Amino acid sequence: MADHKALYQEVILDHNKKPRNYGTLEHPTHHAEGHNPLCGDHLSVALQLQNETIDKIAFCGDSCAICKASASMMTAAVKGKTRAQAQALTQEFLAMATGKLDQSQPNQIGRLAVFAGVRDLPTRVKCAILPWHTLQAAFNSQRTASTEV
Amino acid sequence: MNARHPEMASVALAPVFEVERVRADFPILQIEVEGKPLVYLDNAASSQMPQQVIDRLARYQTTEHANIHRAVHTLSERATAAYEEARVKLQRFINAPDEREVIFTSGTTDAINLVMHGYGRKFIKSGDEIILTTLEHHSNIVPWQMLAEETGAIIRVLPINDAGELCLDQFESLFNARTKLVGVSHVSNALGSINPIKQMIALAHRHGVPVLVDGAQAAPHMPVDVQDLGCDFYAFSGHKLCGPTGIGVLYGKAALLEKMQPFKGGGDMILSVSFEKTVYNTIPYKFEAGTPPIAAAIGLGAAVDYLSAIGMDNIARYEHTLLQYATGQLSALPGLRLIGTAHNKAAVLSFTLDGIHPHDVGTLLNQEGIAVRTGHHCAQPVMMRFKVSATTRASFAFYNSMAEVDALVAGIRSVQKVFA
Repeated sequence: MADHKALYQEVILDHNKKPRNYGTLEHPTHHAEGHNPLCGDHLSVALQLQNETIDKIAFCGDSCAICKASASMMTAAVKGKTRAQAQALTQEFLAMATGKLDQSQPNQIGRLAVFAGVRDLPTRVKCAILPWHTLQAAFNSQRTASTEV
Repeated sequence: MNARHPEMASVALAPVFEVERVRADFPILQIEVEGKPLVYLDNAASSQMPQQVIDRLARYQTTEHANIHRAVHTLSERATAAYEEARVKLQRFINAPDEREVIFTSGTTDAINLVMHGYGRKFIKSGDEIILTTLEHHSNIVPWQMLAEETGAIIRVLPINDAGELCLDQFESLFNARTKLVGVSHVSNALGSINPIKQMIALAHRHGVPVLVDGAQAAPHMPVDVQDLGCDFYAFSGHKLCGPTGIGVLYGKAALLEKMQPFKGGGDMILSVSFEKTVYNTIPYKFEAGTPPIAAAIGLGAAVDYLSAIGMDNIARYEHTLLQYATGQLSALPGLRLIGTAHNKAAVLSFTLDGIHPHDVGTLLNQEGIAVRTGHHCAQPVMMRFKVSATTRASFAFYNSMAEVDALVAGIRSVQKVFA
């Protein structure tokens, strides 16, 4: 069965079952809500940026396995990275999910390559990229959650 | 099979529904998806087309096509005759008293929008009220919200109970002197609940209020008799009825249609045009501006011929046995929650699986060749009522088999195994 279900690999199922960095932060410097009105997926991403480095990051929400695993692996991948590094990785992930990643160039995708299969499932691409779009929205948000309103 | 001797069975026994013979009419049911035989259970979204309809479309394009109601040449006359013949077929299909009461639209959404523009914008004013139900598809909510925003009309909503049935005991309390229209679905697309519309129409009429019925999910699955129902408007789509996309029907009582303003302006909907004054055509043409989807209308005529030959009663009876079998099988699966358990139901099974998001269910079932719909089914108020963001929906047609129910059950088990 697993050969036909390439997308639902062990690593994705594991992150869906035991999401890393799941929860909320008490004092986030950046925060955003991500919503997919088409399927109802919803998640929030919060982070603490110190000297342009992601010190803490957390996410929570209600979504499908692809979205949740993508969020979980994203938080693990960008923790400790600078804003610029996280933004570069986001661009690579979005390119991979839409089948536009130039494989001849070096990249930082690493284990995130388990999501490459979504490019063949157009309706699921948005599930995989929602956390990354939400991360970018958080970067663009104001400094503290209290002033966001 | 027994059904080959209907004269022997006709007294007491219902004929056996020969599903394999029916399936042979649908070429698409032979294809494979992901290397598995297609199990098509997304009929509430769109049904498949039998060879008879495909052939009719091809014959029209090959030997009859021209624009209608215009030229004196042979092809135009053929096309016009076929188009108007389709209207009569649709009239008979829903037992409308008069063929002028059958308006071709692009589908149910278009038909409802026609009523909103033609009836609503003319007769519904600020402070007037429209009654809808929680079960409505967005297409029977949004047009009325647009009207309410434009005119200051008020929308009131009849709720549903935990089974997904309308709370009929509250219906009458929603009426007052300002009530101008009731909009209700015959069958819920998200849950399959069959609503007691005949009773509701009678009650609305006692208050002098006309009723628009969204029949998109009913017309393909049961006999519809608009005279028996007494409804003022009845809307349905061709592509859910084994016909082509881009065609649908609005039935409306002639007296109402004649009072209504046209929805779209253009050719064919006029008697005469000058820059001083335009005289609108009579019904149904007043509402069919521009060149209509001629081929699609003729195809829909062939589709209702096909369905009528099988018999809508037979279809309803067979689909009910599918529903009963599928309900029993799915209910026995641990972790599965059926959403919508109305006593009176069409063959639609909406469900959730513990800990598994419907979109993952849909993707994994597709890998088994099984087509289901996942999401909110354009019925977000229903999802909110049941506190779910989405469901998986298996919706059946008369060409589905018991073996396909088994395939669905096996597919759900394999999804649960992946997430175990």
